[in-house]
Amino acid sequence: MSALHDLSVAQLAAKLAAKEVSSVEVAQHFLARIHSQDALGAFLATDEEQSLAQAGAADARLAAGERTPLLGVPLAHKDVFVTRDFPTTAGSKMLANYRSPFDATVVNRLGAGGAGMVSLGKLNCDEFAMGSGNDNSAYKPVQNPWDTSRVPGGSSGGSAAAVAARIVPAATGTDTGGSIRQPASLSGITGIKPTYGRCSRYGMVAFASSLDQAGPMARSALDCALLLSAMAGPDLDRDSTSLDMPAADYAAELIAANTQAAGTKPLQGLRIGLPTQFFGAGCSADVLAAVRGALTELEKLGATLVDVSLPLTELSIPVYYVIAPAEASSNLSRYDGVRYGHRAAEYTDLEDMYKKSRTEGFGDEVTRRIMIGTYVLSHGYYDAYYLKAQKIRHLIAEDFQKVFSQCDIIAGPVSPTVAWKIGERSDDPVASYLADIYTLSSSLAGLPGMSVPAGFGAHGMPVGLQLIGNYFKEAQLLSTAHRFQQATDWHQRKPGAAA
Amino acid sequence: MALTSQDIARVAHLARLALRPDETEHTLGQLNGFFRLVEQMEAVNTDGVEPLAHPAAVLGQVALRLRDDIATEPNQRDASQVSAPAVENGLFLVPKVIE
Repeated sequence: MSALHDLSVAQLAAKLAAKEVSSVEVAQHFLARIHSQDALGAFLATDEEQSLAQAGAADARLAAGERTPLLGVPLAHKDVFVTRDFPTTAGSKMLANYRSPFDATVVNRLGAGGAGMVSLGKLNCDEFAMGSGNDNSAYKPVQNPWDTSRVPGGSSGGSAAAVAARIVPAATGTDTGGSIRQPASLSGITGIKPTYGRCSRYGMVAFASSLDQAGPMARSALDCALLLSAMAGPDLDRDSTSLDMPAADYAAELIAANTQAAGTKPLQGLRIGLPTQFFGAGCSADVLAAVRGALTELEKLGATLVDVSLPLTELSIPVYYVIAPAEASSNLSRYDGVRYGHRAAEYTDLEDMYKKSRTEGFGDEVTRRIMIGTYVLSHGYYDAYYLKAQKIRHLIAEDFQKVFSQCDIIAGPVSPTVAWKIGERSDDPVASYLADIYTLSSSLAGLPGMSVPAGFGAHGMPVGLQLIGNYFKEAQLLSTAHRFQQATDWHQRKPGAAA
Repeated sequence: MALTSQDIARVAHLARLALRPDETEHTLGQLNGFFRLVEQMEAVNTDGVEPLAHPAAVLGQVALRLRDDIATEPNQRDASQVSAPAVENGLFLVPKVIE
Protein backbone atom coordinates (compact mmCIF):
# COMPACT_ATOMS: atom_id res chain seq x y z
CA MET A 1 0.00 0.00 0.00
CA SER A 2 1.27 3.47 -0.88
CA ALA A 3 1.86 5.90 1.93
CA LEU A 4 -0.87 8.53 2.20
CA HIS A 5 1.47 11.28 1.02
CA ASP A 6 2.21 9.40 -2.20
CA LEU A 7 -1.47 9.37 -3.15
CA SER A 8 -2.91 11.92 -5.53
CA VAL A 9 -5.75 14.23 -4.59
CA ALA A 10 -8.12 12.01 -6.56
CA GLN A 11 -6.86 8.87 -4.80
CA LEU A 12 -7.09 10.46 -1.34
CA ALA A 13 -10.65 11.55 -2.07
CA ALA A 14 -11.57 8.01 -3.11
CA LYS A 15 -10.05 6.53 0.06
CA LEU A 16 -11.93 9.04 2.20
CA ALA A 17 -15.19 8.36 0.41
CA ALA A 18 -14.67 4.60 0.90
CA LYS A 19 -14.04 5.26 4.62
CA GLU A 20 -10.66 3.50 4.44
CA VAL A 21 -9.20 6.47 6.27
CA SER A 22 -10.65 9.52 8.01
CA SER A 23 -9.94 13.11 7.13
CA VAL A 24 -8.53 13.62 10.64
CA GLU A 25 -6.07 10.74 10.08
CA VAL A 26 -5.03 12.17 6.71
CA ALA A 27 -4.54 15.64 8.21
CA GLN A 28 -2.48 14.21 11.09
CA HIS A 29 -0.27 12.31 8.64
CA PHE A 30 0.45 15.41 6.57
CA LEU A 31 0.94 17.68 9.61
CA ALA A 32 3.58 15.27 10.89
CA ARG A 33 5.31 15.38 7.50
CA ILE A 34 5.14 19.18 7.45
CA HIS A 35 6.90 19.33 10.83
CA SER A 36 9.51 16.76 9.82
CA GLN A 37 10.36 18.89 6.75
CA ASP A 38 10.48 22.21 8.55
CA ALA A 39 13.91 22.99 7.08
CA LEU A 40 12.34 23.40 3.62
CA GLY A 41 10.83 26.68 4.81
CA ALA A 42 7.64 26.01 2.87
CA PHE A 43 5.21 26.94 5.64
CA LEU A 44 4.74 30.26 7.41
CA ALA A 45 1.92 29.08 9.68
CA THR A 46 0.33 25.86 10.83
CA ASP A 47 -2.28 25.33 13.53
CA GLU A 48 -3.00 21.72 14.34
CA GLU A 49 -6.14 22.54 16.29
CA GLN A 50 -7.71 24.49 13.41
CA SER A 51 -6.73 21.90 10.79
CA LEU A 52 -8.08 19.01 12.83
CA ALA A 53 -11.31 20.91 13.49
CA GLN A 54 -11.73 21.39 9.74
CA ALA A 55 -10.94 17.70 9.19
CA GLY A 56 -13.49 16.73 11.83
CA ALA A 57 -16.12 18.79 10.04
CA ALA A 58 -15.23 17.07 6.76
CA ASP A 59 -15.51 13.67 8.43
CA ALA A 60 -18.99 14.65 9.65
CA ARG A 61 -20.01 15.57 6.10
CA LEU A 62 -18.60 12.26 4.84
CA ALA A 63 -20.43 10.35 7.58
CA ALA A 64 -23.65 12.10 6.55
CA GLY A 65 -23.20 10.56 3.11
CA GLU A 66 -21.93 13.58 1.21
CA ARG A 67 -19.80 12.58 -1.79
CA THR A 68 -18.18 15.64 -3.32
CA PRO A 69 -14.89 15.16 -5.16
CA LEU A 70 -12.52 16.90 -2.70
CA LEU A 71 -14.24 16.41 0.64
CA GLY A 72 -11.74 15.88 3.45
CA VAL A 73 -8.60 16.12 1.29
CA PRO A 74 -5.96 18.46 2.75
CA LEU A 75 -4.33 21.40 1.01
CA ALA A 76 -2.51 24.56 2.01
CA HIS A 77 -2.89 28.13 0.85
CA LYS A 78 -0.33 30.57 -0.41
CA ASP A 79 -0.06 33.24 2.26
CA VAL A 80 -1.58 35.92 0.01
CA PHE A 81 -5.06 34.46 0.49
CA VAL A 82 -6.63 35.90 3.63
CA THR A 83 -7.90 33.34 6.12
CA ARG A 84 -9.80 33.55 9.37
CA ASP A 85 -8.27 30.40 10.84
CA PHE A 86 -4.62 31.28 10.22
CA PRO A 87 -2.58 34.48 10.15
CA THR A 88 -1.97 36.12 6.75
CA THR A 89 1.32 37.90 6.08
CA ALA A 90 1.80 37.89 2.29
CA GLY A 91 5.42 37.09 3.17
CA SER A 92 5.85 40.62 4.55
CA LYS A 93 6.85 42.05 7.91
CA MET A 94 4.23 44.68 7.13
CA LEU A 95 1.51 42.13 7.89
CA ALA A 96 3.20 40.25 10.75
CA ASN A 97 0.42 38.93 13.02
CA TYR A 98 -2.36 40.14 10.70
CA ARG A 99 -5.64 38.29 11.20
CA SER A 100 -8.29 38.66 8.54
CA PRO A 101 -11.91 38.96 9.66
CA PHE A 102 -12.98 36.94 6.59
CA ASP A 103 -11.87 34.17 4.22
CA ALA A 104 -10.91 34.83 0.59
CA THR A 105 -13.54 33.54 -1.85
CA VAL A 106 -11.11 30.90 -3.14
CA VAL A 107 -10.39 29.73 0.42
CA ASN A 108 -14.09 29.56 1.22
CA ARG A 109 -14.98 27.68 -1.97
CA LEU A 110 -12.24 25.10 -1.48
CA GLY A 111 -12.97 24.83 2.24
CA ALA A 112 -15.92 24.82 4.58
CA GLY A 113 -18.09 26.94 2.29
CA GLY A 114 -17.83 24.47 -0.58
CA ALA A 115 -15.56 21.58 -1.49
CA GLY A 116 -14.71 20.73 2.13
CA MET A 117 -10.94 20.55 1.75
CA VAL A 118 -8.91 20.85 4.95
CA SER A 119 -6.37 23.65 5.27
CA LEU A 120 -3.02 22.64 6.76
CA GLY A 121 -1.78 26.21 6.97
CA LYS A 122 -0.18 29.03 5.05
CA LEU A 123 2.61 28.72 2.53
CA ASN A 124 5.67 30.92 2.22
CA CYS A 125 5.99 33.23 -0.79
CA ASP A 126 7.91 36.24 -2.02
CA GLU A 127 6.86 39.40 -0.20
CA PHE A 128 3.54 40.58 -1.67
CA ALA A 129 4.14 37.97 -4.42
CA MET A 130 7.00 40.03 -5.88
CA GLY A 131 9.84 37.77 -6.89
CA SER A 132 10.77 34.64 -8.75
CA GLY A 133 12.96 32.76 -6.28
CA ASN A 134 11.04 33.04 -3.02
CA ASP A 135 14.14 34.72 -1.57
CA ASN A 136 12.16 37.96 -1.17
CA SER A 137 10.12 36.44 1.65
CA ALA A 138 10.61 38.60 4.74
CA TYR A 139 10.59 35.47 6.91
CA LYS A 140 12.80 32.80 5.37
CA PRO A 141 13.83 31.44 1.99
CA VAL A 142 12.26 28.23 0.68
CA GLN A 143 14.43 25.32 -0.43
CA ASN A 144 13.82 23.35 -3.60
CA PRO A 145 13.19 19.70 -2.59
CA TRP A 146 15.20 18.51 -5.59
CA ASP A 147 18.31 20.33 -4.32
CA THR A 148 17.96 22.19 -1.06
CA SER A 149 20.70 24.68 -2.01
CA ARG A 150 18.47 25.93 -4.84
CA VAL A 151 15.37 28.10 -5.04
CA PRO A 152 11.95 26.53 -5.65
CA GLY A 153 10.98 29.44 -7.91
CA GLY A 154 8.54 32.13 -6.99
CA SER A 155 6.52 33.82 -6.01
CA SER A 156 4.43 30.74 -5.08
CA GLY A 157 7.62 28.99 -3.96
CA GLY A 158 6.26 27.57 -0.71
CA SER A 159 3.32 26.07 -2.62
CA ALA A 160 5.58 24.46 -5.21
CA ALA A 161 8.11 23.12 -2.68
CA ALA A 162 5.39 21.72 -0.41
CA VAL A 163 3.68 19.85 -3.26
CA ALA A 164 7.01 18.58 -4.66
CA ALA A 165 8.15 17.36 -1.23
CA ARG A 166 4.76 15.69 -0.76
CA ILE A 167 4.05 17.45 2.49
CA VAL A 168 0.75 18.61 0.97
CA PRO A 169 -1.14 16.93 -1.88
CA ALA A 170 -2.17 20.27 -3.42
CA ALA A 171 -1.88 24.00 -2.85
CA THR A 172 -3.21 27.29 -4.06
CA GLY A 173 -0.97 29.78 -5.80
CA THR A 174 -1.30 33.16 -7.44
CA ASP A 175 0.18 34.24 -10.74
CA THR A 176 0.74 37.88 -11.73
CA GLY A 177 3.61 37.43 -14.18
CA GLY A 178 4.37 33.72 -13.85
CA SER A 179 4.18 33.05 -10.12
CA ILE A 180 2.32 29.74 -10.48
CA ARG A 181 3.93 28.47 -13.70
CA GLN A 182 7.56 29.29 -12.93
CA PRO A 183 7.78 27.65 -9.46
CA ALA A 184 5.78 24.69 -10.81
CA SER A 185 8.42 24.33 -13.53
CA LEU A 186 11.41 24.77 -11.22
CA SER A 187 10.02 22.35 -8.62
CA GLY A 188 8.72 19.70 -11.02
CA ILE A 189 4.99 19.94 -10.33
CA THR A 190 1.88 20.89 -12.32
CA GLY A 191 0.20 24.29 -12.03
CA ILE A 192 -2.34 26.31 -13.96
CA LYS A 193 -3.04 30.03 -14.11
CA PRO A 194 -6.58 30.38 -15.44
CA THR A 195 -7.91 33.14 -17.68
CA TYR A 196 -7.78 36.49 -15.87
CA GLY A 197 -11.07 36.87 -14.00
CA ARG A 198 -11.85 33.14 -13.73
CA CYS A 199 -11.07 32.88 -10.02
CA SER A 200 -12.22 35.59 -7.65
CA ARG A 201 -9.58 38.01 -6.37
CA TYR A 202 -11.71 38.77 -3.31
CA GLY A 203 -9.45 38.21 -0.32
CA MET A 204 -6.23 37.93 -2.31
CA VAL A 205 -3.72 40.46 -0.98
CA ALA A 206 -3.46 42.75 -4.00
CA PHE A 207 -0.25 43.10 -6.01
CA ALA A 208 -1.21 44.15 -9.57
CA SER A 209 -4.97 44.10 -9.91
CA SER A 210 -5.20 43.80 -13.71
CA LEU A 211 -2.86 40.79 -13.68
CA ASP A 212 -3.36 38.86 -10.41
CA GLN A 213 -5.03 35.50 -10.81
CA ALA A 214 -5.37 32.48 -8.51
CA GLY A 215 -4.83 28.90 -9.56
CA PRO A 216 -4.15 25.39 -8.27
CA MET A 217 -0.78 23.64 -7.94
CA ALA A 218 -0.59 19.86 -7.58
CA ARG A 219 1.31 16.90 -8.95
CA SER A 220 -0.94 16.16 -11.92
CA ALA A 221 -3.24 17.92 -14.36
CA LEU A 222 -6.13 15.80 -13.06
CA ASP A 223 -5.59 17.03 -9.50
CA CYS A 224 -5.34 20.62 -10.75
CA ALA A 225 -8.60 20.10 -12.67
CA LEU A 226 -10.35 18.90 -9.50
CA LEU A 227 -9.24 21.98 -7.57
CA LEU A 228 -9.90 24.46 -10.36
CA SER A 229 -13.50 23.25 -10.72
CA ALA A 230 -14.04 24.17 -7.07
CA MET A 231 -12.10 27.46 -7.13
CA ALA A 232 -13.31 29.09 -10.33
CA GLY A 233 -16.57 30.77 -11.20
CA PRO A 234 -18.28 34.13 -10.84
CA ASP A 235 -18.06 36.20 -7.67
CA LEU A 236 -19.87 39.16 -9.13
CA ASP A 237 -20.79 41.05 -5.99
CA ARG A 238 -17.31 40.91 -4.49
CA ASP A 239 -14.83 41.16 -7.36
CA SER A 240 -15.56 43.73 -10.05
CA THR A 241 -13.26 41.91 -12.49
CA SER A 242 -14.72 38.46 -11.89
CA LEU A 243 -15.98 37.07 -15.20
CA ASP A 244 -19.60 36.09 -15.52
CA MET A 245 -18.68 32.61 -16.74
CA PRO A 246 -19.53 29.45 -14.79
CA ALA A 247 -16.68 27.07 -13.92
CA ALA A 248 -16.61 23.82 -15.84
CA ASP A 249 -16.27 20.35 -14.35
CA TYR A 250 -12.72 20.14 -15.65
CA ALA A 251 -11.95 16.75 -14.11
CA ALA A 252 -15.05 15.16 -15.66
CA GLU A 253 -13.86 16.43 -19.03
CA LEU A 254 -10.47 14.79 -18.52
CA ILE A 255 -11.98 11.50 -17.45
CA ALA A 256 -14.36 11.62 -20.41
CA ALA A 257 -11.36 12.26 -22.65
CA ASN A 258 -9.98 8.88 -21.60
CA THR A 259 -12.52 7.08 -23.74
CA GLN A 260 -11.73 7.46 -27.40
CA ALA A 261 -12.46 5.68 -30.60
CA ALA A 262 -10.06 2.84 -31.42
CA GLY A 263 -7.36 3.71 -33.92
CA THR A 264 -7.31 7.44 -33.20
CA LYS A 265 -4.54 9.16 -31.37
CA PRO A 266 -5.52 11.11 -28.25
CA LEU A 267 -4.27 14.48 -29.49
CA GLN A 268 -5.18 13.95 -33.15
CA GLY A 269 -5.93 17.27 -34.80
CA LEU A 270 -4.43 19.44 -32.05
CA ARG A 271 -2.23 22.19 -33.52
CA ILE A 272 0.51 23.34 -31.15
CA GLY A 273 2.15 26.67 -31.97
CA LEU A 274 5.82 27.18 -31.14
CA PRO A 275 6.73 30.88 -30.95
CA THR A 276 10.17 31.28 -32.48
CA GLN A 277 10.94 33.87 -29.78
CA PHE A 278 10.55 31.16 -27.09
CA PHE A 279 13.18 28.92 -28.65
CA GLY A 280 16.02 31.40 -29.21
CA ALA A 281 19.50 31.79 -27.80
CA GLY A 282 18.10 33.20 -24.55
CA CYS A 283 16.96 29.76 -23.45
CA SER A 284 19.57 27.40 -22.04
CA ALA A 285 20.29 24.22 -23.98
CA ASP A 286 19.28 21.80 -21.20
CA VAL A 287 15.85 23.42 -20.86
CA LEU A 288 15.35 23.44 -24.64
CA ALA A 289 16.29 19.76 -24.86
CA ALA A 290 13.69 18.78 -22.25
CA VAL A 291 11.02 20.95 -23.88
CA ARG A 292 11.78 19.52 -27.33
CA GLY A 293 11.55 16.01 -25.88
CA ALA A 294 8.09 16.81 -24.53
CA LEU A 295 7.03 18.25 -27.88
CA THR A 296 8.14 15.04 -29.62
CA GLU A 297 5.96 13.12 -27.16
CA LEU A 298 2.99 15.38 -27.95
CA GLU A 299 3.56 14.73 -31.68
CA LYS A 300 3.51 10.98 -31.01
CA LEU A 301 0.14 11.51 -29.35
CA GLY A 302 -1.17 13.01 -32.58
CA ALA A 303 -0.52 16.75 -32.22
CA THR A 304 1.01 18.73 -35.06
CA LEU A 305 3.64 21.40 -34.37
CA VAL A 306 3.53 24.72 -36.21
CA ASP A 307 5.95 27.63 -36.03
CA VAL A 308 4.35 30.90 -34.96
CA SER A 309 5.63 34.33 -34.02
CA LEU A 310 5.06 36.56 -31.00
CA PRO A 311 7.29 39.48 -32.04
CA LEU A 312 6.78 41.55 -28.88
CA THR A 313 7.93 38.80 -26.49
CA GLU A 314 11.04 40.72 -25.37
CA LEU A 315 9.06 43.93 -24.97
CA SER A 316 6.72 42.15 -22.55
CA ILE A 317 9.45 42.55 -19.90
CA PRO A 318 9.53 46.37 -19.75
CA VAL A 319 5.76 46.55 -20.36
CA TYR A 320 5.07 44.24 -17.42
CA TYR A 321 7.64 45.90 -15.17
CA VAL A 322 6.00 49.27 -15.76
CA ILE A 323 2.37 48.15 -15.38
CA ALA A 324 2.75 45.75 -12.44
CA PRO A 325 4.77 48.16 -10.23
CA ALA A 326 2.39 51.00 -11.15
CA GLU A 327 -0.56 48.99 -9.90
CA ALA A 328 1.45 47.74 -6.93
CA SER A 329 2.41 51.25 -5.85
CA SER A 330 -1.27 52.14 -5.84
CA ASN A 331 -2.41 48.97 -4.07
CA LEU A 332 0.32 49.16 -1.45
CA SER A 333 -0.51 52.75 -0.55
CA ARG A 334 -3.08 51.25 1.83
CA TYR A 335 -0.30 50.21 4.22
CA ASP A 336 -0.14 53.34 6.31
CA GLY A 337 0.16 51.93 9.81
CA VAL A 338 -3.33 53.06 10.79
CA ARG A 339 -5.95 50.32 10.40
CA TYR A 340 -3.68 47.27 10.17
CA GLY A 341 -0.10 46.40 9.43
CA HIS A 342 3.17 47.54 10.91
CA ARG A 343 3.41 50.87 12.72
CA ALA A 344 6.79 52.34 13.66
CA ALA A 345 7.46 52.61 17.37
CA GLU A 346 8.50 56.27 17.27
CA TYR A 347 7.47 59.16 15.04
CA THR A 348 7.00 62.91 15.21
CA ASP A 349 3.75 63.40 13.30
CA LEU A 350 1.34 61.66 10.93
CA GLU A 351 3.54 61.94 7.84
CA ASP A 352 6.56 60.73 9.76
CA MET A 353 4.49 57.80 11.00
CA TYR A 354 3.51 56.89 7.43
CA LYS A 355 7.08 57.11 6.18
CA LYS A 356 8.73 55.22 9.05
CA SER A 357 6.04 52.52 9.15
CA ARG A 358 6.22 51.89 5.41
CA THR A 359 10.01 52.02 5.22
CA GLU A 360 10.35 49.56 8.10
CA GLY A 361 7.55 47.29 6.92
CA PHE A 362 8.49 46.79 3.26
CA GLY A 363 11.48 44.78 2.06
CA ASP A 364 13.93 45.82 -0.69
CA GLU A 365 12.14 44.43 -3.74
CA VAL A 366 8.75 45.78 -2.67
CA THR A 367 10.31 49.18 -2.00
CA ARG A 368 11.97 49.12 -5.42
CA ARG A 369 8.70 48.35 -7.17
CA ILE A 370 6.80 51.01 -5.24
CA MET A 371 9.49 53.50 -6.33
CA ILE A 372 9.25 52.40 -9.98
CA GLY A 373 5.46 52.47 -9.89
CA THR A 374 5.25 55.86 -8.22
CA TYR A 375 7.70 57.29 -10.75
CA VAL A 376 5.93 55.97 -13.87
CA LEU A 377 2.59 57.27 -12.59
CA SER A 378 3.94 60.67 -11.58
CA HIS A 379 3.21 63.92 -13.37
CA GLY A 380 5.07 64.23 -16.65
CA TYR A 381 5.94 60.53 -16.99
CA TYR A 382 2.53 58.89 -17.08
CA ASP A 383 2.16 59.09 -20.89
CA ALA A 384 5.72 58.07 -21.70
CA TYR A 385 5.72 55.02 -19.45
CA TYR A 386 2.38 53.85 -18.14
CA LEU A 387 0.18 54.75 -21.12
CA LYS A 388 2.82 53.58 -23.59
CA ALA A 389 3.06 50.25 -21.75
CA GLN A 390 -0.71 49.81 -21.85
CA LYS A 391 -0.72 50.44 -25.61
CA ILE A 392 1.97 47.81 -26.18
CA ARG A 393 -0.02 45.54 -23.89
CA HIS A 394 -2.88 45.87 -26.36
CA LEU A 395 -0.58 44.94 -29.26
CA ILE A 396 0.67 41.91 -27.31
CA ALA A 397 -2.91 40.73 -26.73
CA GLU A 398 -3.70 41.18 -30.44
CA ASP A 399 -0.60 39.23 -31.46
CA PHE A 400 -1.85 36.26 -29.44
CA GLN A 401 -5.19 36.36 -31.25
CA LYS A 402 -3.38 36.29 -34.61
CA VAL A 403 -1.38 33.27 -33.43
CA PHE A 404 -4.52 31.48 -32.23
CA SER A 405 -5.82 31.57 -35.81
CA GLN A 406 -2.85 29.33 -36.71
CA CYS A 407 -2.86 26.96 -33.73
CA ASP A 408 -5.00 25.74 -30.82
CA ILE A 409 -2.48 26.04 -28.02
CA ILE A 410 1.00 27.51 -27.68
CA ALA A 411 3.92 25.61 -26.16
CA GLY A 412 7.40 26.50 -25.02
CA PRO A 413 9.64 26.71 -21.97
CA VAL A 414 8.44 28.35 -18.75
CA SER A 415 11.80 29.64 -17.57
CA PRO A 416 15.08 30.02 -19.48
CA THR A 417 17.01 28.01 -16.88
CA VAL A 418 16.49 25.41 -14.18
CA ALA A 419 16.39 26.53 -10.54
CA TRP A 420 19.39 28.58 -9.44
CA LYS A 421 21.25 28.68 -6.12
CA ILE A 422 19.55 30.51 -3.26
CA GLY A 423 20.95 34.05 -3.07
CA GLU A 424 22.60 33.89 -6.51
CA ARG A 425 20.38 36.54 -8.12
CA SER A 426 19.37 38.58 -5.13
CA ASP A 427 21.35 41.73 -5.93
CA ASP A 428 20.55 42.00 -9.63
CA PRO A 429 16.85 42.76 -9.99
CA VAL A 430 17.01 43.49 -13.72
CA ALA A 431 18.63 40.10 -14.45
CA SER A 432 15.90 38.40 -12.52
CA TYR A 433 13.19 40.36 -14.40
CA LEU A 434 14.69 39.20 -17.70
CA ALA A 435 14.21 35.56 -16.67
CA ASP A 436 10.44 36.10 -16.64
CA ILE A 437 10.43 36.47 -20.44
CA TYR A 438 8.31 33.41 -21.31
CA THR A 439 5.52 33.95 -18.79
CA LEU A 440 4.91 37.72 -18.93
CA SER A 441 3.27 38.11 -22.34
CA SER A 442 0.40 35.70 -21.63
CA SER A 443 -0.11 37.36 -18.23
CA LEU A 444 -0.38 40.77 -19.90
CA ALA A 445 -2.94 39.36 -22.34
CA GLY A 446 -4.85 37.64 -19.50
CA LEU A 447 -4.57 34.21 -21.11
CA PRO A 448 -4.58 30.88 -19.26
CA GLY A 449 -1.25 29.08 -19.01
CA MET A 450 0.20 26.09 -17.26
CA SER A 451 3.41 24.30 -16.47
CA VAL A 452 3.70 20.54 -16.86
CA PRO A 453 6.72 18.48 -15.74
CA ALA A 454 8.67 17.69 -18.90
CA GLY A 455 11.94 16.18 -17.75
CA PHE A 456 15.17 17.27 -16.15
CA GLY A 457 17.94 19.66 -17.11
CA ALA A 458 21.27 20.71 -15.65
CA HIS A 459 22.11 19.47 -12.12
CA GLY A 460 19.19 17.02 -12.30
CA MET A 461 16.71 19.86 -11.79
CA PRO A 462 13.15 19.72 -13.17
CA VAL A 463 12.05 21.46 -16.35
CA GLY A 464 8.46 22.43 -17.10
CA LEU A 465 6.68 22.65 -20.43
CA GLN A 466 4.52 25.74 -20.70
CA LEU A 467 1.16 25.45 -22.43
CA ILE A 468 -0.77 28.65 -23.20
CA GLY A 469 -4.40 28.55 -24.30
CA ASN A 470 -6.85 31.06 -25.67
CA TYR A 471 -9.32 32.72 -23.29
CA PHE A 472 -11.45 30.22 -21.32
CA LYS A 473 -9.57 27.23 -22.76
CA GLU A 474 -8.52 25.85 -19.37
CA ALA A 475 -10.20 22.54 -20.20
CA GLN A 476 -8.18 22.18 -23.38
CA LEU A 477 -4.92 22.94 -21.55
CA LEU A 478 -5.71 20.51 -18.74
CA SER A 479 -6.76 17.78 -21.10
CA THR A 480 -3.63 18.18 -23.24
CA ALA A 481 -1.53 18.03 -20.08
CA HIS A 482 -3.49 15.01 -18.86
CA ARG A 483 -2.89 13.13 -22.12
CA PHE A 484 0.79 13.97 -21.87
CA GLN A 485 0.88 12.74 -18.27
CA GLN A 486 -0.81 9.48 -19.25
CA ALA A 487 2.04 8.86 -21.68
CA THR A 488 4.91 10.09 -19.47
CA ASP A 489 5.91 9.73 -15.84
CA TRP A 490 7.82 13.00 -15.23
CA HIS A 491 5.05 14.20 -12.90
CA GLN A 492 5.38 11.05 -10.80
CA ARG A 493 9.10 11.40 -10.13
CA LYS A 494 9.84 12.36 -6.59
CA PRO A 495 12.77 14.23 -5.11
CA GLY A 496 14.93 12.63 -2.43
CA ALA A 497 13.42 15.02 0.09
CA ALA A 498 9.99 13.46 -0.49
CA ALA A 499 11.04 9.93 0.47
CA MET B 1 17.37 60.13 -19.71
CA ALA B 2 18.80 59.15 -16.34
CA LEU B 3 17.24 59.77 -12.96
CA THR B 4 19.04 61.93 -10.42
CA SER B 5 19.19 61.62 -6.65
CA GLN B 6 16.71 64.54 -6.52
CA ASP B 7 14.25 62.42 -8.52
CA ILE B 8 14.73 59.55 -6.08
CA ALA B 9 14.09 61.83 -3.11
CA ARG B 10 10.97 63.28 -4.77
CA VAL B 11 9.54 59.85 -5.68
CA ALA B 12 10.33 58.46 -2.22
CA HIS B 13 8.42 61.33 -0.68
CA LEU B 14 5.46 60.76 -3.02
CA ALA B 15 5.48 57.08 -1.99
CA ARG B 16 5.85 58.04 1.69
CA LEU B 17 9.12 56.17 2.03
CA ALA B 18 12.16 57.40 3.93
CA LEU B 19 15.31 56.18 2.18
CA ARG B 20 18.64 56.58 3.92
CA PRO B 21 21.27 58.50 1.88
CA ASP B 22 23.27 55.32 1.15
CA GLU B 23 20.06 53.60 0.02
CA THR B 24 19.26 56.52 -2.28
CA GLU B 25 22.50 55.96 -4.21
CA HIS B 26 21.94 52.21 -4.44
CA THR B 27 18.32 52.69 -5.54
CA LEU B 28 19.39 55.30 -8.09
CA GLY B 29 21.78 52.84 -9.74
CA GLN B 30 19.19 50.06 -9.81
CA LEU B 31 16.40 52.25 -11.16
CA ASN B 32 18.61 53.67 -13.89
CA GLY B 33 19.50 50.11 -14.90
CA PHE B 34 15.82 49.31 -14.99
CA PHE B 35 14.86 52.36 -17.05
CA ARG B 36 17.44 51.48 -19.69
CA LEU B 37 15.32 48.36 -20.21
CA VAL B 38 12.14 50.43 -20.30
CA GLU B 39 13.54 52.67 -23.04
CA GLN B 40 13.09 49.74 -25.47
CA MET B 41 9.38 50.59 -25.44
CA GLU B 42 10.07 53.78 -27.40
CA ALA B 43 10.91 51.74 -30.52
CA VAL B 44 7.36 50.38 -30.79
CA ASN B 45 4.94 52.33 -32.95
CA THR B 46 1.73 52.68 -30.96
CA ASP B 47 0.04 55.39 -33.03
CA GLY B 48 -3.70 54.92 -32.91
CA VAL B 49 -3.48 52.02 -30.43
CA GLU B 50 -5.90 52.13 -27.52
CA PRO B 51 -4.30 51.51 -24.12
CA LEU B 52 -5.35 48.17 -22.64
CA ALA B 53 -6.01 48.74 -18.97
CA HIS B 54 -7.52 45.38 -18.42
CA PRO B 55 -7.67 41.99 -20.19
CA ALA B 56 -11.46 41.94 -19.80
CA ALA B 57 -11.58 44.66 -22.46
CA VAL B 58 -10.29 42.12 -25.00
CA LEU B 59 -13.02 39.76 -23.88
CA GLY B 60 -15.69 42.39 -24.37
CA GLN B 61 -16.64 42.22 -20.68
CA VAL B 62 -15.95 45.82 -19.82
CA ALA B 63 -19.28 47.02 -18.46
CA LEU B 64 -18.91 47.80 -14.79
CA ARG B 65 -21.45 45.95 -12.75
CA LEU B 66 -23.41 47.71 -10.06
CA ARG B 67 -24.92 45.76 -7.24
CA ASP B 68 -27.76 46.95 -5.08
CA ASP B 69 -26.61 49.51 -2.55
CA ILE B 70 -27.36 47.45 0.53
CA ALA B 71 -25.07 46.25 3.29
CA THR B 72 -24.19 42.60 2.78
CA GLU B 73 -21.46 42.23 5.38
CA PRO B 74 -22.14 41.77 9.08
CA ASN B 75 -20.64 44.29 11.49
CA GLN B 76 -17.29 42.81 12.51
CA ARG B 77 -15.69 45.83 14.11
CA ASP B 78 -13.85 43.85 16.77
CA ALA B 79 -12.52 41.27 14.33
CA SER B 80 -11.53 44.04 11.94
CA GLN B 81 -9.65 45.93 14.63
CA VAL B 82 -7.79 42.95 16.06
CA SER B 83 -4.81 43.75 13.82
CA ALA B 84 -4.89 47.52 14.26
CA PRO B 85 -1.74 49.12 15.73
CA ALA B 86 -3.68 51.40 18.10
CA VAL B 87 -7.38 51.38 18.96
CA GLU B 88 -9.45 53.05 21.65
CA ASN B 89 -13.19 52.65 22.16
CA GLY B 90 -13.54 51.11 18.72
CA LEU B 91 -11.71 54.00 17.03
CA PHE B 92 -8.35 53.90 15.24
CA LEU B 93 -5.80 56.14 16.91
CA VAL B 94 -3.49 58.37 14.83
CA PRO B 95 -1.10 61.15 15.82
CA LYS B 96 -2.74 64.53 16.30
CA VAL B 97 -3.36 66.15 12.90
CA ILE B 98 -5.02 69.45 13.87
CA GLU B 99 -3.47 71.57 16.60
